[in-house]
Amino acid sequence: MSAKFDVRYTAQLARLHLSEEEIAKFQTQISQILAYVEKLEQVDVTGIEPTAHANAIFNVFREDTPRDWFTAEEALSNAPRSANQLFIVPKVIE
Amino acid sequence: MELPALSLADVQARLRAKEVSPAEVLRALDARIGQVDPQIHGYLSRDLDAALACAEKADVSLPLGGVPIAIKDVINVNGEPCTAASKILQGYRANYDATVIRKLRAAGAIPFGRCNLDEFAMGSSTENSAFGHTRNPWDTSRIPGGSSGGSAAVVAANEAFAALGSDTGGSIRQPAALCGIVGLKPTYGRVSRFGLIAFASSLDQIGPFTKTVRDAALVLNAIAGRDPQDSTSLDEPVPDHTALLGRDLHGVRLGMPREYFIEGLDPQVDAAVRAAVKHYESLGAEIVEVSLPNTEHAVGVYYIIATAEASANLARFDGVRYGHRAADATGLLDHYGRTREEGFGPEVKRRIILGTYVLSSGYYDAFYLRAQKVRTLIRRDFSEAFEKVDAIICPTSPEVAFKAGDRSDDPLKMYLADIFTIATNLAGIPGLSIPCGFAEVDGRKLPIGLQLLGKPFQESQLLQIAHAYEQSTDWHKARPALV
Repeated sequence: MSAKFDVRYTAQLARLHLSEEEIAKFQTQISQILAYVEKLEQVDVTGIEPTAHANAIFNVFREDTPRDWFTAEEALSNAPRSANQLFIVPKVIE
Repeated sequence: MELPALSLADVQARLRAKEVSPAEVLRALDARIGQVDPQIHGYLSRDLDAALACAEKADVSLPLGGVPIAIKDVINVNGEPCTAASKILQGYRANYDATVIRKLRAAGAIPFGRCNLDEFAMGSSTENSAFGHTRNPWDTSRIPGGSSGGSAAVVAANEAFAALGSDTGGSIRQPAALCGIVGLKPTYGRVSRFGLIAFASSLDQIGPFTKTVRDAALVLNAIAGRDPQDSTSLDEPVPDHTALLGRDLHGVRLGMPREYFIEGLDPQVDAAVRAAVKHYESLGAEIVEVSLPNTEHAVGVYYIIATAEASANLARFDGVRYGHRAADATGLLDHYGRTREEGFGPEVKRRIILGTYVLSSGYYDAFYLRAQKVRTLIRRDFSEAFEKVDAIICPTSPEVAFKAGDRSDDPLKMYLADIFTIATNLAGIPGLSIPCGFAEVDGRKLPIGLQLLGKPFQESQLLQIAHAYEQSTDWHKARPALV
């Protein structure tokens, strides 16, 4: 499986630019890690349910009641760019 | 004894008796940090004025009244930085308290100082911090463990009475072992993670670093309990975790998992842990051999599940709402790609890519789903063992602190440092590490940790078992000889 691992394509999926040097290094290192985790193929998991969480709790609901939390100013206080009580994002639509 | 050398319980007793004021305690601690932290670099920042303002209002009659507690720089404290030791959060300032901070304040404690860590809690040596690595107080050429290496080092060096850390695969217990102090990872669901920067949400848990077992019980009392803002926190009653301390161990059964005493275990660690087991026998505990047959798969399962969850959690760092933002992006994809390239360090990038890969179309079943199934088998191993024993006794780490730089370029070798701590998180059970001796390496004394693993929500009994050992040995009294 790890033979098909393509760091360039995966980095694109993760929205993460990498330098040529990082691409070469990660291709080797992550292939080694994948070769190690592929040992799990030897485990017999027939009929075994997956565990997603340590505690078997599912949906947790609460009343949808308004309460005080951040003001707009507080919510924007760490924004790299903001104006008029809004986050400024790069242009998405041409 | 100088104030900073006191345990949390002892300094609180002096505060309560008004022999010393919270401001005096803070100033003494600040002076100690100023004196020794240049050698350790356990702290990334601290705000004495903010802490002194809290000290003025501190109610010393509360359980942690007036006691400063250091916080891993991955837990939000209102008005303070929270960098996760990452350039992507440089300049960020929290504008709310994490639930654990709110609870610490309600118990009278004063959050003071931000502890260094591996970036986003990813690592086992604190060398992955973007702001310089932390050194082990017992030998500053060695690593303190990780990811909560700063929290462990500052407690060991008497630069804090206690610290909070987070444990996803051993990040509290392993550095506690390597620094010779107590570290407790509570049961998954015992402590709210609201306000903790998420790494792997099905594994993360917040817990204390302390100088004594009693102190760990006191901090756990303050931070435990259900929180409506963390839907994974459970509505289990919170007992007084000091209640069982001092009870004897007659009738207590401890299990030695044969898979944890393997080749590759440092002989000095093996000898110290076996001596601790003998000591437990002399205290009246019964020792039983148990088997956790899926142990060998834990590291593989962990590095699939933890990286998968991390790749999703770290998608929030998009350069819009907070954190670093790349300049002059040519479009949306360029904005995301370069913001994240510039902000994240190498280990975080490696894990995001690995996690993205194991979740990607065509590989999900082979990696992620299979890992979740093996996780079920690992959990089952523990439930079966706990039918026979009250707790499991084993080494915390297969080795003592290694030299800085020794394996920073070999991620797989670094991952294997967590071989004895990872399964605990996969099973969701509580675990703690206490000092159980020293190894002699190159003429230096390096601490060894004993790990005790318990049944879900049985932290009280785990602390009782740890306390019995601690109080009949002297290991916890040893402190590194810093200037």
